[in-house]
Amino acid sequence: MEKKREDMSSDEKQEALFQRWISPKDPEGNNLKFQNPQAEKLYKERATRIKDAIQLKKKPDRVPVFLIPSFAPAFYSGLTPHDVMYDFDKIIPAWKKFYLDFQPDAHGGAFVPSPGKFLEILDFNLYKWPGHGVSNKTTYQCLEGEYMRADEYDTLIHNPLYFFSFTWPSRVFGALESFQMLTPLAGLTEMYGVSLPFIPYGTPPVQTALKALMEAGDEALKWIQVVGGFEAEMPTLGFPAYQAGATKAPFDVIGDTLRGTRGIMLDMYRQPDKLLQAMEALTPIYIQLGVGAAKMAGNPLIFIPLHKGADGFLSDAQFKKFYWPSLRKVLMGLIEEGVVPLLWAEGGYNSRLEVIRDLPKGKTAWLFDQTDMAKAKKALDGIACVMGNMPMDLMTVGSTQDAIDHTKRLIDICGKGGGYIMANGAFFDEVRWENLRAIVDTAKEYGVYKK
Amino acid sequence: MAENLVNALADLKEEAAIKIVKDRLNANEDPLKILGDARKGMEIVGNRFADSEYFIPDLVYSGEILKVVSELVKPRLTKGAESKKLGKIVFGTVAGDIHDIGKDIVVFMLDVNGFEVIDLGVDVPVQKFVDKIKETGAPVVGLSGFLALAFDSMKETIEAIKAAGLRDKVKVMIGGGQMSEEIKKYTGADAYGKDAMAGVTLAKKWAGAK
Repeated sequence: MEKKREDMSSDEKQEALFQRWISPKDPEGNNLKFQNPQAEKLYKERATRIKDAIQLKKKPDRVPVFLIPSFAPAFYSGLTPHDVMYDFDKIIPAWKKFYLDFQPDAHGGAFVPSPGKFLEILDFNLYKWPGHGVSNKTTYQCLEGEYMRADEYDTLIHNPLYFFSFTWPSRVFGALESFQMLTPLAGLTEMYGVSLPFIPYGTPPVQTALKALMEAGDEALKWIQVVGGFEAEMPTLGFPAYQAGATKAPFDVIGDTLRGTRGIMLDMYRQPDKLLQAMEALTPIYIQLGVGAAKMAGNPLIFIPLHKGADGFLSDAQFKKFYWPSLRKVLMGLIEEGVVPLLWAEGGYNSRLEVIRDLPKGKTAWLFDQTDMAKAKKALDGIACVMGNMPMDLMTVGSTQDAIDHTKRLIDICGKGGGYIMANGAFFDEVRWENLRAIVDTAKEYGVYKK
Repeated sequence: MAENLVNALADLKEEAAIKIVKDRLNANEDPLKILGDARKGMEIVGNRFADSEYFIPDLVYSGEILKVVSELVKPRLTKGAESKKLGKIVFGTVAGDIHDIGKDIVVFMLDVNGFEVIDLGVDVPVQKFVDKIKETGAPVVGLSGFLALAFDSMKETIEAIKAAGLRDKVKVMIGGGQMSEEIKKYTGADAYGKDAMAGVTLAKKWAGAK
């Protein structure tokens, strides 16, 4: 008799999620049908290998290897980012080819090519994307701004969902500007006055916005049918997914796309208490985002890109006061529900290693970009799986021999005793494909643990 | 009193700095002297950043205080602010890349260290760098980039500088995101700066050599 989820410890919840991931079901709840016995064998070996590397309970059979691409699969198939953002039929063949050719131990979904027409319909201001501000061959890039004003913290603190439902979209989507006229429908829940919050929906600007929403919804649906199909097919080919979804550090939520880097940094001086309160208010939302995705997918791995806590961005004191406490709360909230946060520490994290050690054993994995891996391994030894650090310059302009040597060096430094996943440090687009192949192949040969 | 504004800025005391400036303006002090003190304060901020005592939020905040101070003083200014001493630098984020945080920090540090920085912004076309170098005669060029696509943009920019016959007249530094010594070689730049202070050190070295 299986224990009920609410009676489980966080350890048991994690194990249960891992087991669901290792033995996946189809949408009807039957055991997943793999395309052939070899795919099933590979899938289970890979998922188990990754689980062992993360849990730190036993050494995996070898160092797992991930490739974490941006638009690389498109470039590998001779396509541009524009091609795959505007022609969904091109996504699956390219992404499949990438994973089938290189054979890393997990796949990362095909969510990178966001639907271009959807962005156009809603007139998305937050990013420039291929054909809209950057060339067709270029990846999309964020346009930081103050999408939340300095005097709006109280709204965010007291009613974050209102802010995200109406205020924020009215600023980042040109087509939804009229959303600023809308209010939540929870008003007088009586016959008397029941129609009042609906009045704005009768005005021409809101009706135009609603039409745009319907068109955008069509596009989003078409898109998810494609990338969702990829997500469903890849396990049958032998590839577990290394992410069920993503969430964010509260500091980055505010610093990336609400107040902007400049805005949040001024707030640290001018209204530190409001900033702290706002992060507190966002914490449960960003826990739920991760927990919900993990439970739905039956996969404990939730990706968390970290931005503004990197070396140099904040002093130690600022990191400890503004960045880490709310991030740690998000992590602990996820861990409590059996979720495994996979944190991507972009840039350097050397000065943060001593702080991030304050986590329970075997519950997180840290993907490092430019951090000193010897220091990272030492600091997190027995606490968390470390990942990554294959440098971008080496993948892009280095020789294949350099890539092989560096892969071996990383395995020597980080692989000892388990708890390491070989991976690139930063998301990549066009690289030397032979180097990529060399990294995966070397990890598979050189990374084998002796019994 | 002069000391106070320098310290208020250096210590990031916004309210104190504003009050001192207002008092000094009310006492009919020469606005250029006030700005001079503000600049001294900013130099200290720059030094503290170089010593890892200050970090990016502190730079951003000091810049904001300086902006407020400048706006208070500006209506009283009759002539232009003091001229820079150390030389001109053409700076920008290369074509295809729109990231500006790193670039802005280096520009800030070069500025407080006395350089005249011609900031071309982000996603700067190759030709614009070439034209600005010609126009200003700047001996130093800074190319910033966050994404790996900047590797090629930097390479192309430096090749265009060469094709325009300007390569031996300028020193080129690169920095940001995924840049490294390896990428310096790839792009044909003269140096790679790991952080803002490395950029300042390079600029000083090169300005001195000219």
